[in-house]
Amino acid sequence: MKVMAQLAMVMNLDKCIGCHTCSVTCKQAWTNRSGTEYVWFNNVETRPGQGYPRTYQDQERWKGGWELNSLGRLKLKAGGRVRKLFSIFANPLMPSIQDYYEPWTYDYDRLFSAPMQEDTPVARPRSLITGEPTKISWSANWDDNLAGGPELAPADPVLRKVSDQVRLSFEQAFMFYLPRICEHCLNPSCVASCPSGALYKRSEDGIVLVDQDRCRGWRMCVTGCPYKKVYFNHRTGKAEKCTFCFPRVEVGIPTVCSETCVGRLRYIGIILYDPDRVVEAASVPDDKALYEAQKSVMLDPEDPAVIAAARASGIPEDWLEAARRSPIHKLIFEYGVALPLHPEYRTMPMVWYIPPLSPVVDVLSGTGHDGEDAGNLFGAIDALRIPIGYLAELFTAGDPAPVRAVLRRLAAMRSYMRRVNLGQERDESIAAAVGMTGEQVEGMHRLLALAPYGERY
Amino acid sequence: MAGMDGPVSDALLRLGRHLRAGTVSEDLRTLHQIGGRRSDAFYRDRWSHDKVVRSTHGVNCTGSCSWKVYVKDGIITWEAQQTDYPSVGGDRPEYEPRGCPRGAAFSWYTYSPTRVRFPYARGVLVEMYRAAKARLGDPVAAWAEITSDPDSRHRYQSARGRGGLVRVSWEEATEIIAAAHVHTIKTYGPDRVAGFSPIPAMSMVSHAVGARFVSLLGGTMLSFYDWYADLPVASPQMFGDQTDVPESADWWDAAYLMLWGSNVPVTRTPDAHYMTEARYRGQKVVVVAPDYSDAAKFADEWLAPHPGTDGAMAMAMGHVILREFFVERQVPYFTDYVKRHTDLPFLVTLDERDGGYVPAKFLTAADLGRDKEPEAAFKTVLVDSATGEPVVPNGSLGFRYAAAGEGRWNLDLEGVDPLLTLEGGRTVTVLLPRFDQEGGAGDGVLRRGVPVREIGGRLVTTVFDLMLAQYGVARPSGGSSASASAQETREWPASYDDAGAPYTPAWQETITGVPAAQVVRIAREFARNAEDSGGRSMIIMGAGANHWFHSDTIYRAMLALTTLTGCQGVNGGGWAHYVGQEKCRPITGWAHMAFGTDWSRPPRQMIGTAYWYLHTDQWRYDTYSAEVVSSPLGGGAFTGKATADLLSQSARLGWMPSYPTFDRNPLDLADEAAGSGQEAGPYIAAKVASGELGFACEDPDAPANWPRVLTVWRANLLGSSAKGNEYFLRHLLGADSSVRAAEAALGQRPDDVTWQQQAPRGKLDLLLSLDFRMTSTTLFSDIVLPAATWYEKHDLSSTDMHPFVHAFSPAIDPPWQTRTDFSAFHAIAKAFSSLAAAHLGVRKDLVAVPLLHDTPDELATPHGHVSDWRVTGEIPVPGRNFPKITVVERDYGAVAAKMAAVGPLLDRLGTTTKGITYQVGEEIERLARMNGTVRGGVADGRPSLARDVDMCETILALSGTTNGHLAAQGFATLGRRTGTSFDGLADEHKKITFADTQSRPVPVTTSPEWSGSETGGRRYSAFTLNVEHRKPWHTLTGRQHFFLDHDWIHEAGETMPVYRPPLNMTVLFGEPGVGEGGEQGITVRYLTPHSKWSIHSEYQDNLLMLTLSRGGPTIWMSPVDAQRAGIRDNDWVEAVNRNGVVVARAIVSHRMPAGTVYMYHAQERVVDVPKSETSGRRGGIHNSLTRLLIKPTHLIGGYAQLSFAFNYLGPTGNQRDEVTVIRRRSQEVDY
Repeated sequence: MKVMAQLAMVMNLDKCIGCHTCSVTCKQAWTNRSGTEYVWFNNVETRPGQGYPRTYQDQERWKGGWELNSLGRLKLKAGGRVRKLFSIFANPLMPSIQDYYEPWTYDYDRLFSAPMQEDTPVARPRSLITGEPTKISWSANWDDNLAGGPELAPADPVLRKVSDQVRLSFEQAFMFYLPRICEHCLNPSCVASCPSGALYKRSEDGIVLVDQDRCRGWRMCVTGCPYKKVYFNHRTGKAEKCTFCFPRVEVGIPTVCSETCVGRLRYIGIILYDPDRVVEAASVPDDKALYEAQKSVMLDPEDPAVIAAARASGIPEDWLEAARRSPIHKLIFEYGVALPLHPEYRTMPMVWYIPPLSPVVDVLSGTGHDGEDAGNLFGAIDALRIPIGYLAELFTAGDPAPVRAVLRRLAAMRSYMRRVNLGQERDESIAAAVGMTGEQVEGMHRLLALAPYGERY
Repeated sequence: MAGMDGPVSDALLRLGRHLRAGTVSEDLRTLHQIGGRRSDAFYRDRWSHDKVVRSTHGVNCTGSCSWKVYVKDGIITWEAQQTDYPSVGGDRPEYEPRGCPRGAAFSWYTYSPTRVRFPYARGVLVEMYRAAKARLGDPVAAWAEITSDPDSRHRYQSARGRGGLVRVSWEEATEIIAAAHVHTIKTYGPDRVAGFSPIPAMSMVSHAVGARFVSLLGGTMLSFYDWYADLPVASPQMFGDQTDVPESADWWDAAYLMLWGSNVPVTRTPDAHYMTEARYRGQKVVVVAPDYSDAAKFADEWLAPHPGTDGAMAMAMGHVILREFFVERQVPYFTDYVKRHTDLPFLVTLDERDGGYVPAKFLTAADLGRDKEPEAAFKTVLVDSATGEPVVPNGSLGFRYAAAGEGRWNLDLEGVDPLLTLEGGRTVTVLLPRFDQEGGAGDGVLRRGVPVREIGGRLVTTVFDLMLAQYGVARPSGGSSASASAQETREWPASYDDAGAPYTPAWQETITGVPAAQVVRIAREFARNAEDSGGRSMIIMGAGANHWFHSDTIYRAMLALTTLTGCQGVNGGGWAHYVGQEKCRPITGWAHMAFGTDWSRPPRQMIGTAYWYLHTDQWRYDTYSAEVVSSPLGGGAFTGKATADLLSQSARLGWMPSYPTFDRNPLDLADEAAGSGQEAGPYIAAKVASGELGFACEDPDAPANWPRVLTVWRANLLGSSAKGNEYFLRHLLGADSSVRAAEAALGQRPDDVTWQQQAPRGKLDLLLSLDFRMTSTTLFSDIVLPAATWYEKHDLSSTDMHPFVHAFSPAIDPPWQTRTDFSAFHAIAKAFSSLAAAHLGVRKDLVAVPLLHDTPDELATPHGHVSDWRVTGEIPVPGRNFPKITVVERDYGAVAAKMAAVGPLLDRLGTTTKGITYQVGEEIERLARMNGTVRGGVADGRPSLARDVDMCETILALSGTTNGHLAAQGFATLGRRTGTSFDGLADEHKKITFADTQSRPVPVTTSPEWSGSETGGRRYSAFTLNVEHRKPWHTLTGRQHFFLDHDWIHEAGETMPVYRPPLNMTVLFGEPGVGEGGEQGITVRYLTPHSKWSIHSEYQDNLLMLTLSRGGPTIWMSPVDAQRAGIRDNDWVEAVNRNGVVVARAIVSHRMPAGTVYMYHAQERVVDVPKSETSGRRGGIHNSLTRLLIKPTHLIGGYAQLSFAFNYLGPTGNQRDEVTVIRRRSQEVDY
């Protein structure tokens, strides 16, 4: 067994308030410079919505990530490397700037410099690409909070898959937020796409980086990444992407997006995995099996065999200790509430998500589907406004079972803890109903609710 | 076998692996390298920095978040949240990392193209000033000439807002400003000078320094909390408190949480996590919002009432709680609570009326005839259930100030078990008003049987019995005795399903659209949870419910839920109102610095709403009578009156402040009074009674009564809070405007207020603003001074939401020619003093102030019985039915010196907050040591305030929350009055210094300045001192009030919680009804909730926020409305009503309800606002479609808790009742 360490993140969408503080602090720290105006290493999308760049999840169109060929072997969806090398100069699979958005600014100077005139001075918008006046018609967050709903949301590639379950009406409105950074995948299709070998995965922590000296600006990585988290700096002509804030994490400070997350929903930790089993796991035929397959690649940091193998692989003791304390490992395995984003892309993403609860649909609330009442708890999960099917398309290649299981655990935690809150006796049966012990529920509660700084990272 | 897709690929990759530095995986799929390569340098360099400085944002939100500001090579690079808040105990989430995207985008401003780098002034004004000064040789004479010559006046006033700004020097700018102040004080009086700067907690020193300058001149500081409509008038009405609420970590303690009209993720971003996290503890979350809001995402249930109908839903919930938890079953916890802590057991007299009875006044000891003390009329009465006899319990207002009340102002019932209901005896028919039948059936009167008894010769009942009648909760016996008439019986609702009778769940469904069953269930759960948890049901309530004309009735109906269920004064329970509150925790120190009360008292403090209402001439557009708010059972107090009449009545009775006060210069009046040989008060009262002297508010359009100089800092009046924005531009400024309304016709005009034939255009001589960015206010200002940002100065910050005080610190020095507010006002004061020494010298100033809350002035109006001396012909008595008159000496040449030192009045008079006076001699000595002392001049030997940090130290030293010694002293003083113990609450040895706040946020200590306790690391919740230490609320009964008995409250029919619908703009102003229209535009309700992408107007021009939103002004609307009007997403639209015009782009979303549009608050005219097709002028701001509408009951004063204090009580500048026509416009826009 070979063992490698991977920095990973879990975001608890059930706590995300969609405030975009992560996006702003990230942008201010890393990409508020020319050539990267349109670049958001971290962005937050309202779902349902088209995302950024728009409809990036439509891999039938953008061909990101991997697929299996007829022999069941992994192949880049955009085509093998040979085909790529031939199409380097004309890539129809690259989102255009309009698919991201055309960045703009305003004539702020007019507010000072306007001579005496008929009307109040105003700063009108101007494109940062052309320098010309512009009507703003798209941005990195255009459909925030269901803006443009019935006109724009139907183009959401995820929604299209479950459109039979969803009506975009006031009565059935639902939304949640999806913050996204680079997935720092175990099986990164961007790395595999790069003809220059400029993209690489750091051996010590799995962070995926672009070697700025080696990058030749082919942009195959942009196509290869199904999450569209590699960007082209049109000033330097090189690719750039989220660095997992390596200058910070190397000295023990969490990433900017995590530390500034006001919702306190981001967790960072070490995961140990067996790199030799990645391809096998990424190649399981059934998309719905990929979630479990990816879990199977990750190793138990308490397992003496794993520890021994890790030592043999040169992983230092403090990393092993960190792996044992990893909130990521707890959330994926012990509490079983974190799920990967689009496992069907077969990149083995390492930023996982806890899916969100949501209000019950009004028509059903009369029947007593009450979020913290254990008795009718489980019926309520299917009465939530956010369709399970939508979440399943995001996190489990369409399989509703794992999503339902997570939501049931969250709901069980609420009913279990309500009794504690009200000074009533603890009810183990609530925990048992979701395959947990009361102690585990309280441990999960500590990590999710109290979420102490020292335990989040 | 798993592997790569083909041999060719493998070959290529295999070849490549030898060319690379790293390790290619065996399967050739990926490339591993050891980190630390040369190419990392860019990112490492980008992250490196020279220092990190603690500061925060002085913006009008309740965040008060501590931030790390990164500096590299002397340049601010970015910011991130601090995470070092002291622990809240480990049993709940911590406060880190407070912040939001707005704050994270702040550093953009530092070097942005909208940064004000130099002083600017209107070019035409500067030219005229320079010429006049060259000719006349004197700045004051030059200013006088320009402003008194109609042509030159018109030239620069009409240029306001039209560009043409030029750079000037600080010296010239401060000279012009000084000249304007001197001329105004000399010619018109110091009360014609005003300052507007809101929310001291967001940067206490920056606020205080300007307010101190204005106050030392005798100028008027304008209130903001009521003006912003953030003041919940229900709070003074019910609690006798401005607003006191829990910190957000206390949400964790709630076991049931309703978010009602409050979009927590957006408006309380740094606190929202407590809500999301408390759910995991089993807290149930219910969201009440008309749209599928950011908060609704977190709800277990979402209730979507039609906008403005929240009061109906709350009344129905109250109906359920009264019926199920007070009548059908009694809950000991609730019963005990309401007996001790509310007015429910107190007796109310009944007056005969139309064959029935109406509730009248609280029965008092005076009515019983046994108590001959003058305060007897303020001692309320209840019945002892053991003896059946009337009892005068401790704790009412009659015990608060009287010598005989010492030790008895407390909530100790001394063994008496108050009787809640008089049921069992005689029943009479009580008439109660209803307001839900607008223009329709019924006489607006409910007839319900109420049990009564005769006591003290009066027919009385209890507040509880009246409440049951009001809510329509029948007794098991049927609710009516045999004596009840058939009609009366009919008017008791038969069941929850009785849709015809207020206030059943079915009735509310017809109004709110929310299913009755859902309302019943939520009400039941809320109360049941309070029962199970000992009062841990909480309602977070916000602007969505509070910004309506009748918000006080909405809030009283909501607060009834938390008070009936014993949730107020309990951690995790009660109300949590967080609209514009921002608790200035070290309030005593701040207040005494800000109002210069260390040098002279009293300061002039004005109710903002009335000020703008009069001086922007919005009163002239009132085409309706104040009677529209009257009850069908009213006595006619408002009949035939215009709102402006009632405003002048309130002023002349000394209820509310009124500045400018008289139609003469108060400096001259002081001289005249002195010359008369009489005392100033009686002299002025007689002059006014005889008509020789008038109130300025009775002729606000006469040039002598205009405000002349207005300074705006830390604020963006014209881009944000100015309801009736276009009226401001037209009348106050004399600029172009898009007002489309007609003035009141002859029969609609006020009686007591002079109607000048021509409404003035351009009242202000000088509009001065200090800012670091260009706003709608700076665009219209005559002079704009460049301010330092929040990362460039020292200051203090605090909030409701957390218990800490923490510092602003400069990360860099103020760049270009910018200056801190502290430095700017000192420069202005120096320029002023040097001109004033010669032009003004030492003068006496006659100051009129209203009857004040938390003083014996509250005893001025027994029973709230209104008698107007102007009607009766009496000569008024200052301090009783007329403002108090004080003569204050003003040494105008010494203003700058006084600004810069702690004055001597503190040594003699101490400091006072909420009725408790503190001796601060020791603190003054300590400040002298810490700050050093002044040498020479008026302030010789006094502690210095020369630097901003000196003022920070002074604020901290003079407040109980930050100086435990004072808190202990205050509790000892309070304990003597209450006779109860507050021992152990104060942390006597805690003295927070400014350096402490710079190193880390510091928790404050428990102090009588507030009503809750932080002792022992406890989370702050309001009123825990009242509940746990038997300290009375600052009200008439000393308890929380369901019942109000002032004459004007009766007139409005609001003695008890009641449902009042939104104002009908069709009836009032002839606007089309909501839903009317089609392709050419439809009429919709127009709401302006708080935005996700700005904090009021701040950040709405910030490129990062604009990039994350839609990049300019937008209006959200439903697909249904959009389709009717032919509007598509991102189309340009125009919204038009009588008040003005807005041009914006549409956002069409199914999260919006039909019939309502949102234009998020404070999208102003600086960014991407084209010209309007309707007006031909620049499209307006969100407030171009609103205007002020004053509710007369907010003008009540001089009576118990209904007495004025600054930002405590006053008319609200509400704006939610408005409607507009919205239509698609030409998509070709022109700027």
